[in-house]
Amino acid sequence: MLTINNLHAAVESQEILKGLNLEVKAGEVHAIMGPNGSGKSTLGNVLAGRESYEVTAGEVLLDGKDLLELSPEDRAREGVFLAFQYPVEIPGVSNINFLKTALSEIRAYKGLPPLEARDFLKMVKEKQQLVEFDAKLANRSLNEGFSGGEKKRNEIFQLAMLEPKLAILDETDSGLDIDALRIVASGVNHLRSKDNAFIVITHYQRLLEYIVPDFVHVLYKGRIVRSGTKELALELEEKGYDWIKETVGAENAV
Amino acid sequence: MITQVTESLYNQLTRAYEEDCAVQAPHPLGELRKLAFERFKQTGFPTVKWEDWKYTNTQPLLNQPYTLAGADQPLHADLALAAIPGLDAYRIVLVDGVFSEALSDSVPVAGLTVLPMEKAADELAFTKHFAEYADKTDNPFVALNTALFKSGVFISLAPNAVLDKPVHIIHVAAAETPLFTQVRNLYVVGRHGEMEIIESLVTEDGAAQYLNNHVSEIVVHEGGKLQHYALQVAGESGNYLNHTEVYQEKHSLYNNYNCSFPGASFVRNNINVRLDASEVESHLYGIALTAGNQFVDNHTIVDHLKPHCESYEWYKNITQDTSTAVFNGKIFVREDAQKTNAFQQNNNMLIGEQSAVYTKPQLEIFADDVKCSHGCTIGQFDPEALFYLRARGISEAQARVLLVHAFAFDVTSRFANDMVRKYVEHLVEEGL
Repeated sequence: MLTINNLHAAVESQEILKGLNLEVKAGEVHAIMGPNGSGKSTLGNVLAGRESYEVTAGEVLLDGKDLLELSPEDRAREGVFLAFQYPVEIPGVSNINFLKTALSEIRAYKGLPPLEARDFLKMVKEKQQLVEFDAKLANRSLNEGFSGGEKKRNEIFQLAMLEPKLAILDETDSGLDIDALRIVASGVNHLRSKDNAFIVITHYQRLLEYIVPDFVHVLYKGRIVRSGTKELALELEEKGYDWIKETVGAENAV
Repeated sequence: MITQVTESLYNQLTRAYEEDCAVQAPHPLGELRKLAFERFKQTGFPTVKWEDWKYTNTQPLLNQPYTLAGADQPLHADLALAAIPGLDAYRIVLVDGVFSEALSDSVPVAGLTVLPMEKAADELAFTKHFAEYADKTDNPFVALNTALFKSGVFISLAPNAVLDKPVHIIHVAAAETPLFTQVRNLYVVGRHGEMEIIESLVTEDGAAQYLNNHVSEIVVHEGGKLQHYALQVAGESGNYLNHTEVYQEKHSLYNNYNCSFPGASFVRNNINVRLDASEVESHLYGIALTAGNQFVDNHTIVDHLKPHCESYEWYKNITQDTSTAVFNGKIFVREDAQKTNAFQQNNNMLIGEQSAVYTKPQLEIFADDVKCSHGCTIGQFDPEALFYLRARGISEAQARVLLVHAFAFDVTSRFANDMVRKYVEHLVEEGL
């Protein structure tokens, strides 16, 4: 589904990603872990198309299509979804109206007519239940006055509504208490299917107890330096990121 | 002393006034007109040296050649320009500032009197209120208007009358020669009367450049309620000086919703509200969405004269291209006006990199037990919000519409009339 080859990206001409390779197939969940400043969030933002991130080399293909050529909205319409680390509050834009607009535009891109109001509301109801999102919040202004946990849950609700091919969760666990974490994770688990894929970016192993990944990658200094299965996350938890720093340092010395 | 008058137009106006006096003597308003014209002559037209006209240079407008009276009344006008979908209203039409009885609905409603201003001089409400309020201000265009107005709308609502439908006043500009018109309105809402007035300002295709000097005096008697909408949807040849002077009695409510959209080249609105009794409530809401090289200036005064009153003012400006918006909001809380509750907010969103906003919130408090607040912000599109919306598949253009919509929401959500609210929201979308 997603192929990243030798991706280099810079912010304000400082190179952050330095040759990243990753292959994600449909039905898979990949976890990306790494110490602060290793480039985890940069990866999420580059994939979603944030303009302040400049890609200096490499390619990203989504089902063979060059993702880097597309505007952020077209990437979303092609099926990329970034769950934001810091979802934005937009007073005056109702959550529902926002979702309706987004869904209509995505459908129009695919040549589908907009959903009938009745079908749309039915879908809202179903997905709300699926991800345990409070109906009262859905009718409020987008994220306005939401708690940190409510904002993250709204991201998962949007994810459920827009049904992307590839979802990137950017530190969705940050700032969540254990209950909120469980709800968010259970939402994601409900949405997993053989047709979609997830990239879960996280600093801690904790989230991966709830969203069990097929693969775990360790990002360090802009490159993936270790890949493995979920046991790698446990090992990392036990030994700490210093272990990565030391071993990678040693390998480079050799 | 006359400062910097525009000779030709000034002389032209003087001549017109003198001819008027000669022909119509004795004019029923002769003395009032004379005093008004003298006031105008004392000051002349305002210049940018006047604090209230600092950002608003009328000289280029006044240097244009104008005729002072239009040709004969046309029998039709493109009223579709002012259509508000779904609105059922009594329609009053003025063409080039002249009340058109042919184009206006007759209003056979008990308690409601609608007349051309020139035929209202014998009405009790007219003799009691005409030139009693606006002429106390130092706006020279009011004095000029009092001295020279030819027509306008007189509305009087009897005590306890509650109007079933709004009155929609459509001001059409149609003249093919440049015209400087003086339009004078007087709206009087009787005790415990309730009504809604919607005014639309429109320009017919092919109308020459014109300057419209509107003065409206509004009186809301004890317990009366007036919802007043002004929708500026005129075309590029339109230039407007609008002065609205509101006088409120005890327990009355006056709501003003003032909206400007891309089109008219020059708009100056003065809206003054005098809360001259206790337990009065006034709300002023405004949206100005500007584009091209437009200039829109809203000057408001909320004058708290008596205790226990409440005023609430919220203006939003959205400027595009090379347009300019001005907001000047002045609140007075006089010595007697204890327990006043006054709120004012002005938010500005600059979209055009070459656009400008001048804003001046002012508060003068002479009482010591009041609650007042005012605030003002200037900003741009939030790039974070824009990216967030786009990352969900919403196009950049649509995302901008959503964000402007959201910005205007604080004001549009206050509109009491749903049809007008939807119409305004639609115009906001269209104007982007």
